[in-house]
Amino acid sequence: MSQDTLFDKVWDLHKVSSLPGGSDQIFIGLHLIHEVTSPQAFGGLKDKNLKVKFPSRTVATVDHIVPTDNQSRPFKDNLAEQMIGTLEKNCLQHKIRFFNIGSGNQGIVHVVAPELGLTQPGMTIACGDSHTSTHGAFGSIAFGIGTSQVRDVLATQTIAMNKLKVRQIWCENKLSHGVFAKDLVLNIINELGVKAGVGFAYEFAGPAINALSMEERMTICNMSIEGGARCGYVNPDEKTFSYIKNKLCAPKNENWDEALLWWNSLKSDANSIYDDVIKFDASKVEPTVTWGITPGQSVGINQQIPLLEELSPNDQFIAEEAYEYMGFKPGQSIKNTPVDVCFIGSCTNGRISDLRVAANVLKDKKVSKNIKAFVVPGSEKVAIAAKKEGLDKIFKDSGFQWREPGCSMCLAMNSDKLIGNQVSASSSNRNFKGRQGSPSGRTLLMSPAMVAAAAINGKVSDVREFIN
Amino acid sequence: MKSEFNPPIGKISQINGKCISLIGNDIDTDRIIPARFLKCIDFDSLGKSVFEDDRKTLKGSHPFDLKENQDSSILIVNSNFGCGSSREHAPQALLRWGIRAIIGESFAEIFYSNCIAIGIPCFTLTKKSIQNIQEYNISKNLFLEIDLKNSSAISEDLNFNLDIKESTKKMFLSGEWDATATLLENSSLVDRKFKELPYIKFS
Repeated sequence: MSQDTLFDKVWDLHKVSSLPGGSDQIFIGLHLIHEVTSPQAFGGLKDKNLKVKFPSRTVATVDHIVPTDNQSRPFKDNLAEQMIGTLEKNCLQHKIRFFNIGSGNQGIVHVVAPELGLTQPGMTIACGDSHTSTHGAFGSIAFGIGTSQVRDVLATQTIAMNKLKVRQIWCENKLSHGVFAKDLVLNIINELGVKAGVGFAYEFAGPAINALSMEERMTICNMSIEGGARCGYVNPDEKTFSYIKNKLCAPKNENWDEALLWWNSLKSDANSIYDDVIKFDASKVEPTVTWGITPGQSVGINQQIPLLEELSPNDQFIAEEAYEYMGFKPGQSIKNTPVDVCFIGSCTNGRISDLRVAANVLKDKKVSKNIKAFVVPGSEKVAIAAKKEGLDKIFKDSGFQWREPGCSMCLAMNSDKLIGNQVSASSSNRNFKGRQGSPSGRTLLMSPAMVAAAAINGKVSDVREFIN
Repeated sequence: MKSEFNPPIGKISQINGKCISLIGNDIDTDRIIPARFLKCIDFDSLGKSVFEDDRKTLKGSHPFDLKENQDSSILIVNSNFGCGSSREHAPQALLRWGIRAIIGESFAEIFYSNCIAIGIPCFTLTKKSIQNIQEYNISKNLFLEIDLKNSSAISEDLNFNLDIKESTKKMFLSGEWDATATLLENSSLVDRKFKELPYIKFS
């Protein structure tokens, strides 16, 4: 059993009681809600005649269903309008802070909370969304919950949960030029598998992780869940603190000094005990692309889609399903695979640094003919910053459509969808069957830079050929 | 699909029902309930849309469309069932279709905790045992009687043990799977925690 890791410390700090069944009652320091997984939770409160215990510990925004072309109200989609209306009503009634469209602070919940300084080290953070693991980049313990648990957090500010084991993923060396956090995390998932993380929190550590920016660390932690781990985190450091400093909801003045003192004490001890440790060489990672229907099915840009016999018996079943669905032949190169749609955005890769990297590739270049390419900033703040830097112009000049913030085609709950069996090059996090809105649509996950390269060539390409 | 929906309530100790096998590893929650069906403010209409895209692709031959499975309530799955999105809509859709228990090789974590939270016990068995049950169920309709207290399942010709975490089992037997009441009991401890936490005043 793990001891003295950051996870242990934060868990113990937030433990309210040991429940009769054997699980722990854990206090949730920050509860984030959005329009998709909260309405039934508020309904549940009403059914049980309960009120929100600490309204100040819950923050709301709207992201999954928002259109990215025209956000004027009422939305054209009646159901989407009903969902945002319900969230507005619930927040008003229960006195919950709500960052609505046009506030300047709306966006994907996992982009918004860090950029507002809501996400802080040492907190427990829960949200009805599996990519809540993103917030672990700040040394918080953050995990996705279902709607019944959203109701429980609203009513009690706690949930019942079994303590997780801790696996340290020690990343040696550094990523090479043209290789990004997305490539690293896709490789980790490929190596460990999509269910290896069940029952674990992942601690990402080592020189390669220390060298990453906060936004890159968010990309890594974001995809912990794609490796089965509900929670992923990085020990906080100076980069963490300077990212938070001066943000809207960050501690100010003497509170800042006090916070800093506490945050500095929060990390895994040098001699802490882990349930498991994995070593990973970051310098060997190549720009990476998924070829299958799980985020674990990926190859380096210069590699071939694996033959069935190259895979472990456990992976062969899903590989056969993937070859058929994706229309790929085992042994085929992933490079030069034609694509139809290029999507840059999502809670994985829709932040300002992602847009900068992609714009750098696209500058003075044109999107290939017949490609639909669009970029969806992760938040209103990201959009404003990008416009200030002229990135929107670079995207538009290249032939990308510049959209309004939201989750968009990561999960296609709005009108941004693949059609038929289109192939998308996507900076999002899931390549599941039908994920991007068409039951036969096909998704190739990659870094935003690789999406930009694919857009220019109209096919999967090595971004290193575009950058110096 | 059962016409009238009665959600599980209180203590759960016995689940009897016909089995329905769904073969495949890593079946994610987007497949169980595609995202477009999440545009709703209640769970009521989800049952009919469970596995909608997979069912359309298979044109009537999906297990959830086969006539002989229509009154089934125990789902037999393979590995990493329910991976991906945290959407509770996935187990809610299965529940509303008629599923009351799931037996599988392994489950994704958030899906598993969502199942507990709405009263669907999930049991595990080895890969081989699951495959044997799925094969048996194809040739003969399997009707299982699951006894949660003894973690056992019996049918006309089978008798086997099921694995379930002791803590989870207790929650079903005591009715505490519906956690809200238990959590509310410690309200004063929660208040104390709120005052104790170093960051409450500055965040």
